[in-house]
Amino acid sequence: MLQTLAQHDRDELIAPLYRFDRKFWGIVAFLAAITAPGLLLYGRQLIVGLGVTDLNRPVFWGAYLVNFIFLIGISMAGTVISATLILLKVEWRRPITRIAESLTVFGLMTAGLQIIMDMGRPDRLLFTLIYGRLQAPLMWDIASLTIYLLTAMFALYLQLLPDIAILRDTAPAAVPEWRRKLYKFLSFNWRGNKEQWERLEKAIVTVSVFLIPIGISLHTVTSWLFSTTVQPGWKSTILGPYFVVGAIYSGLGLLIIAMSFARVYNPHLKEYITEKIYTNLGWIFIVMSGVWFYFTLNETLVVTAEQETLEFPIMASKLFGQFSPAFWGMNALMIAATWMLLAPKFVSDKPSRNPLMKTPVGLSAAVIGLAIFSLLWLQPVSVFADPVFQTVFILAFVALLFLALLGVTKWLKTHLIPSSVIASSFVLFGMWLERWNILMPTLTHARLIPYTTYDPTLTEIAVTVSTLGILTLIFVLFYKFFPSISIWEVEEGRARELGAGD
Amino acid sequence: MTNWCMVIDLDKCVACQACSIACRMENNTPVVSPEEAKNGRAIRWNDVFPLPVHFGPDLGEYPNVKTHYQTRPCMHCKNAPCVKACPVQATYIDEEGIVRQNYNRCIGCRFCTVACPYGVRYFNWYKPQWEGTLAEYRNPDQVRVNGSLEGPAVRPVGVVEKCTYCVHRLVKAREQAAAEGREFRADEYVPACVQTCTGKARYFGDLDDPNSTVSQLSKSLRAVHLLEDSGAHPKTLYLSEG
Repeated sequence: MLQTLAQHDRDELIAPLYRFDRKFWGIVAFLAAITAPGLLLYGRQLIVGLGVTDLNRPVFWGAYLVNFIFLIGISMAGTVISATLILLKVEWRRPITRIAESLTVFGLMTAGLQIIMDMGRPDRLLFTLIYGRLQAPLMWDIASLTIYLLTAMFALYLQLLPDIAILRDTAPAAVPEWRRKLYKFLSFNWRGNKEQWERLEKAIVTVSVFLIPIGISLHTVTSWLFSTTVQPGWKSTILGPYFVVGAIYSGLGLLIIAMSFARVYNPHLKEYITEKIYTNLGWIFIVMSGVWFYFTLNETLVVTAEQETLEFPIMASKLFGQFSPAFWGMNALMIAATWMLLAPKFVSDKPSRNPLMKTPVGLSAAVIGLAIFSLLWLQPVSVFADPVFQTVFILAFVALLFLALLGVTKWLKTHLIPSSVIASSFVLFGMWLERWNILMPTLTHARLIPYTTYDPTLTEIAVTVSTLGILTLIFVLFYKFFPSISIWEVEEGRARELGAGD
Repeated sequence: MTNWCMVIDLDKCVACQACSIACRMENNTPVVSPEEAKNGRAIRWNDVFPLPVHFGPDLGEYPNVKTHYQTRPCMHCKNAPCVKACPVQATYIDEEGIVRQNYNRCIGCRFCTVACPYGVRYFNWYKPQWEGTLAEYRNPDQVRVNGSLEGPAVRPVGVVEKCTYCVHRLVKAREQAAAEGREFRADEYVPACVQTCTGKARYFGDLDDPNSTVSQLSKSLRAVHLLEDSGAHPKTLYLSEG
């Protein structure tokens, strides 16, 4: 029985690796197309200088740095989730550890790319090694990033090792010679005898133990880039744990999106990446959103209440000023995502007789709400000046929003995977905005320079799109060479399950 | 060792901006187009700016109008946030208390510009350019430290630059004293802004010498530092107005 199942795994997981069909080339072509403009514009930036961005004095850092923190963040979950789950011996982790760990590696690679793109003199990158000052927070970040990347790559490789050996042994005759050689080289003479297995398992556990503190260190050190300066809005002790929490939160979001993407690409994966995994990850997601809200409340409420001369203008620009769309947009996205994950837990999946729970009611409430909002927004003279009107408007908007959220709950309950993916993309976008809201208000509100604004130029937007394109492209290409599900881990789990039954 | 320090008497300052121009000519800071300057790309090592900074000048009601201006060179902090932030030691405090910048070392990460609470560090967004024949009037002075150019040497694109208290003038004054075979005196050197100041509002000298003008003025009740709360221990002193 185990034998036939194992054969089945190999058929479903290995066969697509050698299938270069139209779908694959289509995706690669699409990703290359969205990556190319950014690379061209970056080439121009290299020649002309950073003047092609909208960076200025005092906004010396911009979209590139926001992307950097965001990418560092999404790299968290991969390893920390999979390492934690491995150490806790959680069984349902088996089909997603590979994707999680690889996302860490790819996220860190693209994050490093952002730093290089942000540098005025990328040709002097090696100076950080030659003349590096260990007292400088940026050097801590470079060191931490390098260690994390190497450890994560090592963890990914260890976890890949038995699967590479399977690939080496099962490669069909039509496989090109260089690919055979690649597998042979990478399998490192893995034969799968008892001693090798014992060593591998020991090594995986050891690396997992190291990965968690290294991961946390990177996110904390990245926050220290900001909190060790004397700039108002940044010099806060909460930033370190806030970054870690945000990292796990956004990392989980990317993990859910990536595994759903893999499922859609190869429908056979549906047997492995089951709804149960979505439910379990959903619970971790809900907990993380709670923790995230707690930190956000701490940061916002304390500064708003004390109204200190230096800090408060920055907070005010987030609450009411130029950054209010980003700040409230972030909060709205996070609330919506939490609702999408949490609300379905409270309703049954049978059709309800309550009209408020009907999807059409919810959708029409959302449409009416949006229509009223945009009508008011487009008025040439602000209608919000009258406090009574303002209160009525806010209450009506909240009521409509609540109706909309209530109405979609049934749909969310019956569509677990789409709702998880939508919630994850909300969280990802919200976390990008959060990074923006940490960086930009402080930079635009310098102490001795008039308040200013920052609007990313075409170059910065294209490079951002390009970075996401590169991230996805690496992901797609990597999984054309290696199976996206850890075959040996799944088989081991199955054997353990059957063994327990005996 | 000398501990160079500048004192600016705001009672005497007439906000004529001659110091800004003198600094520009002395240190070869590139000129940018008006649009770029509006976008915050102007490089003025010695900026003259209206106060208060954030909500526009409070002019008062006619005829009782008054405008405040302040001039801002680098503070040459004793606990400089920029020096602490630099990952490659491209900016450093030399033994005479001047915060200097090594253009050949700077990697352009702009951590120092972000860390500086005074905003006195500038980045070369483009290759420096001079209009027409202006390039011919550039200051040819150069300072070489361990083979790399400092001081008014024209900066390449992508590096950070800042006020150096005209360190090349110090080097030249030292060389002259050595050539004439005598001891160098602290009053043989002043930065260009001090030399040019219309209202004679600027003083420069050795803070560690108890008899120097700057150390006398530093004991004045009017002596204040800019953003004393920043913890950077700025050295450039202001004598407050009124």
